Amino acid sequence: MQHRYIPMTDEDKQAMLDTIGVSSTDELFADIPENVRFKGELNVKPAKDEHELTKELSAIANKNVNTKTHVSFLGAGVYDHYMPSVVDHMISRSEFYTAYTPYQPEISQGELQAIFEFQTMICELTGMDVANSSMYDGGTALAEAVNLSAAQTKKKKVLVSKAVHPESMDVIKTYTDGPRVEVVEIDVKDGFTDLDHLKSELDEDTASVVIQYPNFYGQVEPIKEVQEIVGTQKKTMSIVSSNPLALGYLTPPGEFGVDIVVGDTQVFGIPSQFGGPHCGYFATTKKLMRKVPGRLVGQTVDEDGRRGFVLTLQAREQHIRRDKATSNICSNQALNALATSVFLSAIGKHGIHEMATKNMKKARYAKSAFEKAGFEVLYSNRFFNEFVVKLNDDVQTVNKKLVEKGFIGGFDLSRVYPEMKNHMLIAVTEIRSKEEIDQFVKELGDIHG
Amino acid sequence: MAKEKDFPLIFELSKKGRKGYSLPELDVPDVDLDADFDDDYIRKEAPDLPEVSELQIVRHYTGLSKRNHGIDSGFYPLGSCTMKYNPKINEEIVRLPGFSFVHPYQDEETVQGAMEVMYDLQTHLENITGMHQFTLQSAAGAQGEWTGLMMIRAYHEANGDFERDEVVVPDSAHGTNPASAAVAGFKAVTVKTNEKGLVDLEDLKRVVSEKTAALMLTNPNTLGLFEEEISEMAKVVHDAGGRLYYDGANLNAIMGYARPADMGFDVVHLNLHKTFTGPHGGGGPGSGPVGVTEEMARFLPKPVLTKKGDRYTFDYDRPDSMGRIKPYYGNFGINVRAYTYIRSMGPDGLKQVSEYAVLNANYMMRRLQDEYELPFDQHCKHEFVISGKKQKKLGARTLDIAKRLLDFGYHPPTIYFPLNVEEAMMVEPTETESKETLDDFIDAMITISNEIKEDPEIVQEAPHTTPVSRMDETLAARKPVLRYEKE
Repeated sequence: MQHRYIPMTDEDKQAMLDTIGVSSTDELFADIPENVRFKGELNVKPAKDEHELTKELSAIANKNVNTKTHVSFLGAGVYDHYMPSVVDHMISRSEFYTAYTPYQPEISQGELQAIFEFQTMICELTGMDVANSSMYDGGTALAEAVNLSAAQTKKKKVLVSKAVHPESMDVIKTYTDGPRVEVVEIDVKDGFTDLDHLKSELDEDTASVVIQYPNFYGQVEPIKEVQEIVGTQKKTMSIVSSNPLALGYLTPPGEFGVDIVVGDTQVFGIPSQFGGPHCGYFATTKKLMRKVPGRLVGQTVDEDGRRGFVLTLQAREQHIRRDKATSNICSNQALNALATSVFLSAIGKHGIHEMATKNMKKARYAKSAFEKAGFEVLYSNRFFNEFVVKLNDDVQTVNKKLVEKGFIGGFDLSRVYPEMKNHMLIAVTEIRSKEEIDQFVKELGDIHG
Repeated sequence: MAKEKDFPLIFELSKKGRKGYSLPELDVPDVDLDADFDDDYIRKEAPDLPEVSELQIVRHYTGLSKRNHGIDSGFYPLGSCTMKYNPKINEEIVRLPGFSFVHPYQDEETVQGAMEVMYDLQTHLENITGMHQFTLQSAAGAQGEWTGLMMIRAYHEANGDFERDEVVVPDSAHGTNPASAAVAGFKAVTVKTNEKGLVDLEDLKRVVSEKTAALMLTNPNTLGLFEEEISEMAKVVHDAGGRLYYDGANLNAIMGYARPADMGFDVVHLNLHKTFTGPHGGGGPGSGPVGVTEEMARFLPKPVLTKKGDRYTFDYDRPDSMGRIKPYYGNFGINVRAYTYIRSMGPDGLKQVSEYAVLNANYMMRRLQDEYELPFDQHCKHEFVISGKKQKKLGARTLDIAKRLLDFGYHPPTIYFPLNVEEAMMVEPTETESKETLDDFIDAMITISNEIKEDPEIVQEAPHTTPVSRMDETLAARKPVLRYEKE
């Protein structure tokens, strides 16, 4: 039986075997020793035709509650935002998605230029000099930044705020296990990194200080004050993880003089997809340009003087440095970087501000609606689009009830911080309408009793 | 400024006052946000993003796509990358709202469908490789390697074995292998290739010791040859207390013919964007699931997807786990595509994949060996390496041959890799190409070889038909311009 992905005919096969000088394809596998040869049939479900398979997998997909069937107030690192139709259409151009790494610049100018534009946009948003072509996600980008700081400063301790995304914290702990870097967690006080604790832990052995801006609770960390503290140790680097959408309104970390800014561009037109693939970004200073992990695209000219783009400064990369490498990343998230570029082209210079501020205004409306309904809302007004509400019941139980009412409720903070039982982290984005917010507050009020 | 002959950057199309978006109206009372923040934290200058209309965006990126070669554009025999056809149904399935718009922190009860697909994919990968248990967490092959090595480290440390700081890699290995070893805190030690193109067993015995944490291997190796002495190699490493790591970059050669578990491998990573039609996305996202033997399973990264009765759940209670390697649960979108592919192929289909991938490679190798030097004359698996040594003597390097292939509409093979073959060209046709395509490519390779004999200039100066000619890479590296700056 021929499969539609395999074009070989019996006639072709015979002609090819004749050319090779064997009588069957089995002879081509004769070098696999008898004792390791697999003789059975693979235990794989039988092939399904296109129609039947689509039917089966659609039915499985339909079991999942999703942001098209339910109104979501869930964020905590992954958000439900406006998705311009143009984004998916452009990344569906198969010249992009069926290509690989642009090793041959003459036939890869499309991808290379798109990455160059992505790098530029990330620099613009973060206020940094240099950005790479993408990382797996915000969490691993942050962990790579931490390892870079240890390699650069030759110091073996990093201070990481507990208001950094808890899964990023976990990833940092795993990544630093290789080079044996010690992670010291800095406490949180009233939703912000405890600066006194930071001061007391910072010493000359500190490679870097890591904060998130806005932080996991939605609060906007005072980078300026953190920078002043970090500045008391000459070599210590500062690393900031940042939701890039917030930078449409907030002063970019680069303007405060931080060394590395990382984050995830899922907020820019990339579907949540049960957590991945999203798209990490990595931005830094000119000084660290040659230490950046991953791929960089640079502008140059061709033999006829035309502008063009190539992968550059490859001496940094794993395939050249081999065992001298400080990062092993090769495949990245190029297609999602492209999605990001298309999104940022659509939203543009003024739209990014409009989008960021609409998030903030709707979140503030929701916050006051909760307060009016008698809920305790934690922390300051210095927040982006997320805030914490205290319930009088377990969040998981509440969320089960909310699903029945057509809502995906907020993040259960007790999942990661047992001391935060009954605390829900609520995200309000620009696409939540007043009506949806009012209804959500009402439903929670009803459940609350 | 773009010169007339330059393709414009999106920034150069920008004009104040244009827009390409439509955001929802603000239907809540307006508030003064600036009142909530110190002035220092309020952005003063807008990021200089383009101001363009929707059609301008569409024309720009469509124009860029035409300046890019993908598998859908033409033959792409890039060795070790498995540039096979990326089925269209995969793209449809992954875009179903029930897969695309699911949040990783939803209550498990509401995402059972997503977890079912993940679990069944894990099970299929276990069966294809013979491994005991898989995790889908790692985002790409390189992350899979690092994950596997960190698990091996955890394994040794759990045995009270803290002195094993060496990972053995063949000299033909991809640079990522030693890089992963270094990032996981090991020293990379090289084992030599013998005259047959296989790992030199005697040299392996020499380098393996009580310091050996693991041997990393692809099989078939990067020369496209099956490591026939794999069982002996496994014994050498296991006897010394080390573990065997399988880099699954070349799994496309052996599905249904051999399984890494039966060869003695303890840890395996697969590249779902290679063997299982990812797609490659212009450089990613990929997916690099990791499979392990039973004795290694307790070290798997957190969380571990398990099934209890009819219910799927993430198990976080894993005291021996190597830790978390990535936020959430891996590149689910790529995993859904791979699952769709496996379900489209079935057991016979997957075996046919390897059968024809190997047939195609051997056919090309035999037809090319009269014209190009073949360093290892034996049946290959899914890819083979030829050398442009003869052509180099006539004045055209392998790089020139690669560039000349562009004029014929092909993406060239991987060049100058593996490092142990001079002027290497590594060709991987894959099973999805027709004999006609292979013949046309072979004819082009023979034509180019003849051109080199008669008039090497046409090859040396290639390409002649691409949107741009050869790039000044020295300039790019010497004076790095990594972002657009307005003049």
